[in-house]
Amino acid sequence: MKALAARRHHRLAPVLLMLLALLVTGGVYAALAPSPAAQADTASTADIETGKKLFQANCATCHGPSAEGTAQAPSLVGVGAAAVDFQVSTGRMPMQMNGPQAEAKPPQMNEEQTAALAAYVASLGAGPAIPTDEQVDASLGDPANGAALFRTNCAMCHNAVGAGGALSEGKFAPPLFETSEQNIYQAMLTGPQSMPVFNDANITPDEKRDIIAYLDEQRDGSAGGLSLGSLGPVSEGLWAWIVGLGLIIGAAVWIGAKSS
Amino acid sequence: MSTTTPSSPAEPTTPVGKTADYLDQRTKIGVLTKQLVRKVFPDHWSFMLGEIALFSFVVLILSGFFLTMFFEPSMALTRYENEHPATMHGELMSVAFASTLDMSFEVRGGLLMRQIHHWSALIFLAGIVVHMMRVFFTGAFRKPREINWLVGVTMMILGLLAGFTGYSLPDDVLSGNGLRITDGVVKSIPIIGSYLSYFIFGGEFPGEHIIPRLFTLHILVVPALLLALVGLHLFLMVLNKHTQYPGGGRTNNNVVGSPAVPAFATKMGGNFFIIFGVLALMGGTMAINNVWNYGPYDPSPVSAGAQPDWYMLFLEGSLRLMPGQAEIVIGGYTLSLNVLIPAVVVPGLLFTFLFVYPFIEAKVTGDHREHHVLDRPRNVPVRTGLGVAFLFEFILLALAGSNDLIATHFSLSINTITWVFRILFFVGPVLAFWITKRICLGLQRKDRELVLHGHETGRIVRFANGEYIEVHRPLDEQERWLRVNYDAHAPLQIEPAADARGVKRKGYKSDKRWQRLSRFFYEDRVEPVTPAELAAAHSHGEHDELEPTHSAPELVSGSGDAEREH
Repeated sequence: MKALAARRHHRLAPVLLMLLALLVTGGVYAALAPSPAAQADTASTADIETGKKLFQANCATCHGPSAEGTAQAPSLVGVGAAAVDFQVSTGRMPMQMNGPQAEAKPPQMNEEQTAALAAYVASLGAGPAIPTDEQVDASLGDPANGAALFRTNCAMCHNAVGAGGALSEGKFAPPLFETSEQNIYQAMLTGPQSMPVFNDANITPDEKRDIIAYLDEQRDGSAGGLSLGSLGPVSEGLWAWIVGLGLIIGAAVWIGAKSS
Repeated sequence: MSTTTPSSPAEPTTPVGKTADYLDQRTKIGVLTKQLVRKVFPDHWSFMLGEIALFSFVVLILSGFFLTMFFEPSMALTRYENEHPATMHGELMSVAFASTLDMSFEVRGGLLMRQIHHWSALIFLAGIVVHMMRVFFTGAFRKPREINWLVGVTMMILGLLAGFTGYSLPDDVLSGNGLRITDGVVKSIPIIGSYLSYFIFGGEFPGEHIIPRLFTLHILVVPALLLALVGLHLFLMVLNKHTQYPGGGRTNNNVVGSPAVPAFATKMGGNFFIIFGVLALMGGTMAINNVWNYGPYDPSPVSAGAQPDWYMLFLEGSLRLMPGQAEIVIGGYTLSLNVLIPAVVVPGLLFTFLFVYPFIEAKVTGDHREHHVLDRPRNVPVRTGLGVAFLFEFILLALAGSNDLIATHFSLSINTITWVFRILFFVGPVLAFWITKRICLGLQRKDRELVLHGHETGRIVRFANGEYIEVHRPLDEQERWLRVNYDAHAPLQIEPAADARGVKRKGYKSDKRWQRLSRFFYEDRVEPVTPAELAAAHSHGEHDELEPTHSAPELVSGSGDAEREH
């Protein structure tokens, strides 16, 4: 103990303490944090009754006891299973916080619960169904046609390659690099939040798949190297100043410091 | 360098010597070489900032030469048949865009060259800006270098033009958006606007001529002008001699540094390879301007995050900040002040400031001497303040041009950002000026304090009578020289409005105006410590006896010298 006390003013002591504190905080968090993988043992079948109970427990406060809508939230009659699957599987619903828009977060419902909710809402009125796996299979789409469609229909909000963009008053079009193919299709079909609906007359199911194929192409990165967020000239300029000019000026200081 | 002087009686024996002798007998090149080889250049890292621009310009020419081998500046339509990139296969596009894709995906090393070229362009302009900042804040634009400053500012504008024309060549959606904005800006010019737009585009935008025209500008006209001006810039730099930072032994009549060969040339050569290396590294590892992401130009789509390269961002920001209501209609004619003010008037003011500043400062200083020793930025508080205010405005506008990305990356409302920037556009530069000026004055006072009292040593001494004092260590010669050897200019003195007989003097009003401006520049100033003040400060402290400073008389004479030379 005496040895420890003698070294408490050592210049590395704060670093060591900081490391210990981080380790303890991290350890405690890992031990106590709720595991997202924990599956609730409810809903063995995605039946409407289960969905209704889940709805009344989690959604009815805002959407009304029978999903007819309130002053705060729209009616869900006729929105279809696709809308529910999109909102719930991306964690946007149930909403936890008021803000400019409902943001994606780790989903609160597991797959069975989501399916049950979707089944319940679908039973209230006819609406778009969850797309099949074949409908969202990127390998069956034409990325070139998808690129052309994306440019004219999506890029003005989502950026040329789907890196996301700003909307008014703090709203934004999210980046699409991590979005699942199912969710991309569902978003086009149902037009969540600020997004317009692209129905099947507007963009046919095949064209929707082409768009998914185009977005899928972007996930391989850029042929030119690090994509720098695919944000365009602003991020390129920032990197030019920080990395390029940083290295070059650093070298100039080094050369200048060398005595001749 | 084994140049043989013509007067030498010995015949050269080595092959190099013979060649040099052969050349020298016919051109007298030996005299010039001797002069250049022995030319002294001062040593400081900030003097290499201009080299960044120069060497990236060299890289731009080399890589650009490669690109011209494969680029076809044509707006004729074609269908892209190559497999890569998959997102462009089978698309209808202009030949210019197709050849850009082809050189990126089919030509060996083509994408690398394109990326090196583009990164070099960004670094070229960044180099120009930091070099200008060094020149501005150290007062290197003063007599006799005003002309070289003008050459420099002209090169910066040509650099912007070179960047803009090159950026637009691939004929992709993003650069096409930029051209569309250019078209709008040209059309906003009263009376001649629409004629000028038709003249530039050869008809209504986008037409079929703009890409070949930009190509000629980009690979011939602008680089030729730039090359000529680079030559002039360097020639004037050698002619005027390079400036040097203040310090002991450095005066307006000498240059302290190393000779061009070998020391300076080696450093310069090394710097070239480092810059080339960094640019190649960036081109090889960091993607830039992936035009296939934007697609072939079509006037209808505009994607989110559509911005120009960083050096044009201030114009984009200026346009984004301007409220749209400023468009007015007079007798059936539209006057687009909402475009004219942000895209023509604002940059016009910014560039005019750069062009005229050296002359205004010379006039309000009443200074006709040559200056080869640089100013420390703190010693000219108003100039430094104005420079910082200018930079603030430039950076603010560039940020305003990125307001959508700021909004998404910092979870802010784009509307709020725009309003904050609108207010800061007017308030910010004033605050930046005022704060900078105050900091400069504060630093000057600190310098005075340091010269008069020396460094605190932390050594406390108790006298026999019980009195405690802290021992201060006087500054050494170099430290003191740096802090006392500057001019604190006073406002201009002008002749009275009327002479002794009460006759009104011509030009008095104009003089009065200049005097008012001069007061703005030099009313608040901190005078350097005079030898008398220094002597007084040293004699009043008894602790001088403890630390016998035998150098005290020398100091006074040292700074006295400084006064005389300045």
